Amino acid sequence: MAKTIVQEFTKGLWEEIPPFRLVLGLCPVLAVTKTVANGVGMGVAATFVLVCSNVLVSMLRNIIPSQVRVPCFIIIIATFVVVVELVMQAFTYPLFLQLGIFIPLIVVNCVILGRAEAFASKNPPVASIADGLGIGVGFTIALGALAGIREAFGAGTISVPFSDTVIQLFGPSFQPFTFMVEAPGAFVCLGLMLAVMNLAGK
Amino acid sequence: MEDYILLAVGAILVNNILLIQYLGNCPFLGTSKSMDNATGMAMAVVFVLALAGIVTWIFEAVFLKPLGLEYIRTIVFIVVIAALVQFVEIFMKKSMPALYAGLGIFLPLITTNCAVMGVCLINIKEEYNFLEMLVSSLAYPAGFGLALILFAGLRERIIIGRVPGPLQDVAIALVTAGFMSLSFLGFKGMI
Repeated sequence: MAKTIVQEFTKGLWEEIPPFRLVLGLCPVLAVTKTVANGVGMGVAATFVLVCSNVLVSMLRNIIPSQVRVPCFIIIIATFVVVVELVMQAFTYPLFLQLGIFIPLIVVNCVILGRAEAFASKNPPVASIADGLGIGVGFTIALGALAGIREAFGAGTISVPFSDTVIQLFGPSFQPFTFMVEAPGAFVCLGLMLAVMNLAGK
Repeated sequence: MEDYILLAVGAILVNNILLIQYLGNCPFLGTSKSMDNATGMAMAVVFVLALAGIVTWIFEAVFLKPLGLEYIRTIVFIVVIAALVQFVEIFMKKSMPALYAGLGIFLPLITTNCAVMGVCLINIKEEYNFLEMLVSSLAYPAGFGLALILFAGLRERIIIGRVPGPLQDVAIALVTAGFMSLSFLGFKGMI
């Protein structure tokens, strides 16, 4: 357990990057990656919840009795999800509408509960921040990458997160490969990305 | 009457919760390796979702809406679902040991199953009345069960086949799910 803070952070970017190394939290990964802007927005929201809940769980780790720890974690996570929901509704309303029920569903994202259980409940707050930030950034990168592939092929564009800019990638004769932005494209694309990650990891 | 049938068909096939709405994918991949597990999970989801749909709908109608507390819906729903799952587990252990033996290990997992929370939220978002809510809370998990059991059947065959190294396990499962999803997309023209 003698890992440095930097190592705790970087492990989330490659060794344990969700959803590839840790196959958890697939619902948002599949559902909100139609455009890069949605994917990254979701990633940032999840990162915020992850870091905050990790800190609080870590600070309370000696107070929460172990029999009721999971309900306690869920309530902590749900609190921060409500915070995110209200903040997004106030400041990024179009994104809030796009993500729809997937924002409240961050509460049942297994990555967040998984980190609270596996890491934050056993480690001090600073290490937990690093862990949450690392996993969160990794998750955001993964969402952004998957969304990038899907959007580029499916719509021929890349939308810049947190702005209204949309970059056209191809000329006017481009025919969108609609399969990629529909439900099946998400599954196939994620499966192939996972295979590439497996290949790179060996 | 016709509306309810359309709603049910829509929820089971056209808007299949696993393959089209992408909810509940963790248990979809986690429990589909064997048919027994898949059947157990499907039954547990049907059972819990029917109850959770009713209870959360009543909570929304009786407490959250009249009191203007919709903004804490997320917390209330997750607590209600968690408590409900715990209660069902205790009740089943005491009075239906045979069923508990079959569903037991899947019950705690259901709290963090986004399909359950998702359908409860869809019920509220679509502003269903009580009967519509009942139909949707039964039809969505039926669709979940259908997709999960079909997928488990496919996956049992895939394990026997020769899959290229990097595609093994989850990767090939996701690709398979993609093609299942493609065939479910074909139901789109039905309604």
